[in-house]
Amino acid sequence: MKRLNIFVVVAALLLGLSVQTEAQITEKPEFGKFAITGATIHTVTNGTIEGGVILIGGKEIEYVGQNAKITNEYTRIDASGKHVYPGFIDGWTALGLVEISAVPVTVDNRELGDFNPHMYAFTAFNPHSAAVPVTRVSGVTTVLSAPSSGIIAGKAAVMDLWGYSPDSMSVKKSGALVMNLPSSTGGGWWDDRSEEEIKKDYEREINKINEFFEKARFYDRMIKEYEKSPTGKIRPDHDPRMEAMREVLAGEVPVALTVSREQEILDAIEWTNSQEGMNFFLVGAEEGWRVAEEIAEAGLPVLTTTLYTPSRDYDNYQRPYQNPGLMAKAGVKVAIVSNDAENTRNAPFEAGYAAAYGLGQEEAIKALTINPAEIFGVADRIGSLEAGKQANLFISDGNPLQPMTKIEHVFIKGFKIPMDSRHSQLYEEFLDRDAVNR
Amino acid sequence: MLFQTELFMNLRETKMKKLITLIALVAFGFTAKAQEKGSVLIQNATVITITNGDLEETDVLIRDGKITEIGKDLRAPRGVETVDATGKYVMPGIIDAHSHLNGVDINEARNVVTAEVTMEESVDPNEVGIYHALAGGATTIHLMHGSANVIGGQGETLKLRYGASQEGMKFENAPRTIKFALGENPTRVHGQGNGVQPRTRMGVEQVIRNHFDEALDYKRKREAYFEAQSLYDRRGKGTPPVPVAKNLRYEVLNDIIEGDILVHCHSYRADEILMLMRVFNDYGIKNYTFQHANEAFKVAPELAKNGAHTSVFSDWWAYKFEVYYSTAYNASILNANGVINSINSDNDQLLRTLNHEAAKVVRYGNTSVNDALKMITLHPAIQLGIDDRVGSIEEGKDGDVVIWSGHPFDIYSKAEMTFVDGTKYFDLENDPDDMRIHINPGTEFEDGANFRRIVDNREENTCLQDAFILFGEQSAQAQN
Repeated sequence: MKRLNIFVVVAALLLGLSVQTEAQITEKPEFGKFAITGATIHTVTNGTIEGGVILIGGKEIEYVGQNAKITNEYTRIDASGKHVYPGFIDGWTALGLVEISAVPVTVDNRELGDFNPHMYAFTAFNPHSAAVPVTRVSGVTTVLSAPSSGIIAGKAAVMDLWGYSPDSMSVKKSGALVMNLPSSTGGGWWDDRSEEEIKKDYEREINKINEFFEKARFYDRMIKEYEKSPTGKIRPDHDPRMEAMREVLAGEVPVALTVSREQEILDAIEWTNSQEGMNFFLVGAEEGWRVAEEIAEAGLPVLTTTLYTPSRDYDNYQRPYQNPGLMAKAGVKVAIVSNDAENTRNAPFEAGYAAAYGLGQEEAIKALTINPAEIFGVADRIGSLEAGKQANLFISDGNPLQPMTKIEHVFIKGFKIPMDSRHSQLYEEFLDRDAVNR
Repeated sequence: MLFQTELFMNLRETKMKKLITLIALVAFGFTAKAQEKGSVLIQNATVITITNGDLEETDVLIRDGKITEIGKDLRAPRGVETVDATGKYVMPGIIDAHSHLNGVDINEARNVVTAEVTMEESVDPNEVGIYHALAGGATTIHLMHGSANVIGGQGETLKLRYGASQEGMKFENAPRTIKFALGENPTRVHGQGNGVQPRTRMGVEQVIRNHFDEALDYKRKREAYFEAQSLYDRRGKGTPPVPVAKNLRYEVLNDIIEGDILVHCHSYRADEILMLMRVFNDYGIKNYTFQHANEAFKVAPELAKNGAHTSVFSDWWAYKFEVYYSTAYNASILNANGVINSINSDNDQLLRTLNHEAAKVVRYGNTSVNDALKMITLHPAIQLGIDDRVGSIEEGKDGDVVIWSGHPFDIYSKAEMTFVDGTKYFDLENDPDDMRIHINPGTEFEDGANFRRIVDNREENTCLQDAFILFGEQSAQAQN
């Protein structure tokens, strides 16, 4: 009896251990040299190659073309009949900053205060967010993660979705300065201010912003003067806010202006015209189609979505879908974004609608790859399939803008990442829940 | 005291109902388009029947609102318009089992149980979103009460007859439905917001059981009173019995127990889904649907065993804690386990693109295309008790069909024509910009009312519309 008990205990322990060990095994990425063969390669910047070859060595793409000598050191991936695209870039998300939007303690994209250029999304980006794997297995390999509160919300970061620290994931720590311009049009039926009050409020807010930028320019000049010849000068006090504005004023970091309505867009254009030396782009611009020529003339790129209801009740039902196409036709550089956190994976379908309603397939793919890369100033590293660029790419069984298409392999910075996530793991566990190992 | 209050409320409800109906009749009654039954012959399409496969190069004849013939080379009866649909797809109109599209009010949030209120009085037939939904291939919606209360109000099944009156939009003879809600929403609104039970999932169960028990007691007492009264009337002497006043709320609860009302229960977590099935088994309630049900996949075998249905999002998750441990493979797992599942929108935008939401069920879990199509046609029809009328293309069913430029799951496909009862309500070739029926001067220009600034990263949460007032400004913002 005693013996049996011991046997049972030992067996149970062994079983327990083996189960535990199994549960702890996490699939690791592969890294090294890969040759993807036979696929239709959508380079984005150099056309489409049928049955081409892509060589990956370490973190970079070594070769994209028709013929390459593939030595034994390369792991071959036969992708005949499949498609290869550069990893999609979702240019406007709260990924890594907002874990569960209804639980305030998990929301890290809204700092207090009106002027926060020194707040970095990079700092709060959670590499272990459950939404990161969910997103990357869908072919979205890179995101802009943006803060969103106040007038200057902070700096958005361009992040690759593989890694264990913001440092290892960041493509560009300062991807954009996020700025919410005040609205001169009132806030709808609940806004009971008179037209005059709205105008006054708007002017007061704009003046506040202009004062802030003037102060920042003064600080920048002061530091430059001091650094040129410190002798005999009093060293200026360090101001983190003003310091954070310097790379923006120098034009190294673009300013993202969040706007929606026609008048807000026109106001934004007017304001950018009053500023010198900086780069801007618009985010949202749901009514961009109404003033597409003006946006194009101002040279402002736009990040936008498609899946929302028309902004005005008297607008045609297709306007949100047509908006990117109409802006692109006028000459605006357009990027399509999800404006989401946990469902950033849906950016390709937002682009699919844009493609179907005027933007076209090729431009819609650009709106998810090279266009956002250029807008954020990282096109030398990501956004297309070219030798020398970072190996961010995916292999799909069809057009990735189609909801039924499956993404089969994803590379991020040369890492061939495991194709699992919370969603696929729950599927594996619960498809046949009561099955047991025999 | 409580009794008096309830009586007063019931009186008020009844008065309000009459008043609102009167206003509605005056406001919409005269201008409304009569409920039309149309005829059309759609020729040479790929017909997605849902119940009988896809039929190539096939015609569909609709006469006086009903599908009368499906076959090849049909001849148009005299005076019946024909549409050449060569190379195109014909599919049953999309049915959304969870919508708040044209509700005037959504939540009667001041009581834990409000079974007596109904969305019947809360239908806005002028909402331009109805047209937008038609343009996305939708023909029927289940207009639901919100999820503030454990037992909310009754729903209304509507056909999207844009231009018809409040009355004319009703899906004639559709079974009655009612909204239940479990988990975070009722415990936040009542427990956290009002300081009354339920604050927990324990409390939610007892609210349901207590109200069912009270309703059964009420029924017993009321029947005993009627019996005593009739005895007294016959005898004409003795002491008259103490009256038991009519209580509409308890009447509705008894209708639920007796199976006259289909329950659609807002729910997310597996444990609360199991709880409600346990409670319903105790009271003998069958034919119910779990709405949202993000964790339904965890209890798919139990759902299948109880014959419970589910109506879920294709891929929404993580917007609140109770959906954090969920998966976009939910629908596929449920389908593989034999649960009748539908894909719903609960959102005016998603309602415009439900075909592509259903396509994601193929992406996540390899469900067959036809099974995925069932989730926006036949399955929601079953869940609303209207599958004898709609949800598939079969002779004898209603002429609610959509002509698509390509397969409805293709991102490039557009709805070209949408028919309800054989009448064309949407035509891509004749699609003017301004399709408003009723123009509200207050929202004519720069309409901010339905304007969503995408940069705010806000999820619409119509399920809790009208209930935010209970949380105060700060937590209302947190909810976004």
